[in-house]
Amino acid sequence: MNKLKVGIVVFPGSNCDRDVAWALKGCLDIECSFIWHDSSDLSGLNAIVLPGGFSYGDYLRCGAIARFSKLINSLRDFVETGRKVIGICNGFQILTESGFLYGALITNKNLNFICNDVQLEIISSKGNWFDPRSDRKIINLPIAHGEGRYYCDEETFKKLLDNDLIAMKYLNNPNGSSWDIAGILNEKGNVLGLMPHPERACDRAIGGSDGQYILKALLNE
Amino acid sequence: MKEFQVKVSIRLRPSVLDPAGEAIKSAASKLGVNNVNSLRIGKLIDIHLEAVEKADAIEKVELLCDRLFANKVIEDYEYYFESIDE
Repeated sequence: MNKLKVGIVVFPGSNCDRDVAWALKGCLDIECSFIWHDSSDLSGLNAIVLPGGFSYGDYLRCGAIARFSKLINSLRDFVETGRKVIGICNGFQILTESGFLYGALITNKNLNFICNDVQLEIISSKGNWFDPRSDRKIINLPIAHGEGRYYCDEETFKKLLDNDLIAMKYLNNPNGSSWDIAGILNEKGNVLGLMPHPERACDRAIGGSDGQYILKALLNE
Repeated sequence: MKEFQVKVSIRLRPSVLDPAGEAIKSAASKLGVNNVNSLRIGKLIDIHLEAVEKADAIEKVELLCDRLFANKVIEDYEYYFESIDE
């Protein structure tokens, strides 16, 4: 049987792609390969990671230019099939800019680039991205961003609530995000965008392992 | 074809907090300029483009604004034509 495989997208300016590969392959023994943004061939992949970084230099707006890549175009069909996609940090920004997820990410309220560990409350069980055990409702993950303030208007917030699309919230909102939102899902639940970095929390020796479940969940039904 | 010069201004929607604008507002008062009631930062994009007629140019600019220059979740845009080189 062929091993399931995760594709890690590399845009010009991505810089967490290798961290994700280390977490998947090194910590979780999950097969993965890099896909250049110019490729539209997603065959043979069971899930996709849009990693953090500064795609296309973050020019215009974070994630704005990545939206026009061949890869993002073919990602639409990929998402339709129900296979999973996670966008981490800049990947989350790309997912909102490309219309896969609601809302937008803008400059942190205090203008600081925040690099810290945060506590997160898991809200939605949609897509089975998170450990369902009740003692795992609060997890710790690192954040590292200057433009991670999630913004949506009240109407969109209501849509998020009504459809159970809020994946996780900050316990102590670090960046001014609307309603403390740290991560959201699409309606189907197979697309997750989040500002925290699960790939940097996959080994107890370097700051925790709460990210493992989320990355393993890429290959869950 | 005619060349058109268009200036596009993009601003955060009034409902969206602009912390950078707030920081500059506070610097303005340190400079001694008081009573600045509101200060918000936007972007200005200066384009020269060729089109058959102005209507054609407007269509192109609208598409650029709508799909690329502005994210309408957080931003508003407006544009004006500067000069027309016949």
